[in-house]
Amino acid sequence: MRFTALSAPSAARAAWVTLAAVVVALLLCALIFVFYGVSPGTVYGTMLRGTLGDSTGLAEVARRTIPLLLIGSGLALAFRAQFFNIGAEGQVLLGAVFAAGTGLFVPLPGVLLLPAMFIMGAVGGGLWAGIAAWLRRLNVNEILSTLMLNYIAVAVVTYLIAGPWKGKEVRGYIYTDLFPENGFLAVVPGTQVHWPTLVLGVAGALALQWVLSRSTFGYALRVVGENPGAARYAGLSAGRVATTVALITGGMAGLAGAGEVAGIHHRLLEAGQISLGYGFTAVIVAWLARGNPALCLITAPVMAIILAGGDLLKIDLNMPFRVVDVFSGVILLCLISSEVFIRNRVTWGTGRTVGRKANG
Amino acid sequence: MDNVFIEALVRALAVGTPLLLASLGAILNERGGVVNLGVEGMMAVGALAAFAVAVAPGGNLWLAVLAAAAAGALLASLHAFATVTLRANQFVSGLALALLGTGAAGLLGKRYEGAPLFNKVPDWNLAGFVISPFTVFALLLAGALAFYLNSTRSGLTLRSVGENPAAADVLGVNVGRVRTGAVLAGGALAGVAGAFLALSYRASWADNMTAGLGWIAVALVIFVGWRPLRAILGALFFGVLYYLQFRLQGNSPIPTEVFSAMPFVLVLVVLALAGLRGQQGDAPAGLGRAYVRGER
Repeated sequence: MRFTALSAPSAARAAWVTLAAVVVALLLCALIFVFYGVSPGTVYGTMLRGTLGDSTGLAEVARRTIPLLLIGSGLALAFRAQFFNIGAEGQVLLGAVFAAGTGLFVPLPGVLLLPAMFIMGAVGGGLWAGIAAWLRRLNVNEILSTLMLNYIAVAVVTYLIAGPWKGKEVRGYIYTDLFPENGFLAVVPGTQVHWPTLVLGVAGALALQWVLSRSTFGYALRVVGENPGAARYAGLSAGRVATTVALITGGMAGLAGAGEVAGIHHRLLEAGQISLGYGFTAVIVAWLARGNPALCLITAPVMAIILAGGDLLKIDLNMPFRVVDVFSGVILLCLISSEVFIRNRVTWGTGRTVGRKANG
Repeated sequence: MDNVFIEALVRALAVGTPLLLASLGAILNERGGVVNLGVEGMMAVGALAAFAVAVAPGGNLWLAVLAAAAAGALLASLHAFATVTLRANQFVSGLALALLGTGAAGLLGKRYEGAPLFNKVPDWNLAGFVISPFTVFALLLAGALAFYLNSTRSGLTLRSVGENPAAADVLGVNVGRVRTGAVLAGGALAGVAGAFLALSYRASWADNMTAGLGWIAVALVIFVGWRPLRAILGALFFGVLYYLQFRLQGNSPIPTEVFSAMPFVLVLVVLALAGLRGQQGDAPAGLGRAYVRGER
């Protein structure tokens, strides 16, 4: 297999290759289901019928689209700057903690409570990502630091709900009391779709796209991401760009955490119930969108189908929810492997000639 | 007093064993220039493969360890294909591997959950120390790997591929083949680390039984500056931490969550210290980058 670089890879080529990568990923997952002992047809049929087949299913997809859109559009920006934030999971949790703390303990007049919860949620998530940005200045790889911070965030949530914040009226359970009613976010009647957060997500994705493609900061971000050498030459500080990007991404994830507790649970509860792996799934949302926040408007619902479908597989086919990790891992692997086919023409053969011109 | 100290050491060695095995594997593939963050996933499939073979009718422990190594290497081969052949981003590919490995192990291993393992790997009694054969193997392997990397021709070739793949290529080294081999070996060792958990340490199978050890092993590699012998001390250090966590839990006014977060906080501190000391400078120069002929 030899690769010849294409001078200008077209958008259509990118779209076709991406589609092919997803198809290959679904075939590989099918193979794993055969090993598990369920027919892939049953698995995919169950997932599709239960997500896109009726209004309840669509509402479940919408519910999961909300956090994925918020986190994914932020991550798209971060990946463009080569800041590999894998810790959105932890940033969601810290957002939930800060929002819940505000809802439970800060006496605010009714109309101000929800906005305050969201602002504090963004602060919490931003703070958690900020630690990773600061550590990066000490040469700590952000993939490792953000991952470690995920584990620490889970411990923080567990400590709070089992310790100082444990509800007074909940007896043996480990979660907090309910927020005051002013801290409940509006939902589409009969569903768990907290639409104000959805609006926030759509606006956020569009705003970030604008920042990326139209603003001076977006320009600096793209230069730092695509050509760090040139960025240094132009006097752009990669460290400062990374820090800003981390704060934005973490803030978006924090908003997602605030939305989950204010819109669905109305209390702080176990980490695994606040986030169903949104942080990791959003990595794929951002990668599928090829670093364009606005494209997450399409890719977030796609991945939401997999999350909602995973729930159905658990209920209907009694499969472990881990099946979602299998999907995520395989899709991500196929996506990044396919990238070479976007930028290169492939010729098959065992020829020993050099596939690329020197210094090309 | 002596007894307490010896007990602490033996326990620290036990927890340190999977860390040591997995980080030795990671050192091997990183010295060849490929980062694999998928250690957690490779350990998970290794643990499952080992357990599945051990409880199968006529299950043999040697075969179980071999199956674990094969499972780890099989998962690693996806990483090798993606990053070496298709030049995909090594860090993201490793993350995908971690997700896929833990996910597949959790899915396929569901039927083994809670099943007992009757033929656990028997511990050895060495001069009063009760030690798993895995621990002895891991310690010997650290020495062997240090010798291999520093004093053999093949080890030198591997290092040159990690440091300067272009130069190695000019000298006629098949960079792709060497890197692929190193990644497979790293995966096999991570698989064996998982086998230790399933066959010796826990002697059972449960979802998420690797519990973040794989990630700590990845961080350990940076901490010990890519040196196999230092990895023994690093693994022991984290082993002692886990031991203290176990001992102090319930015996102190400190909440348990502080202890469960402790290893991860320490990894951050340790990485920051390594960064401040400029230890990242010890990383192989070609680490994390795909090698493309004719490109610098």
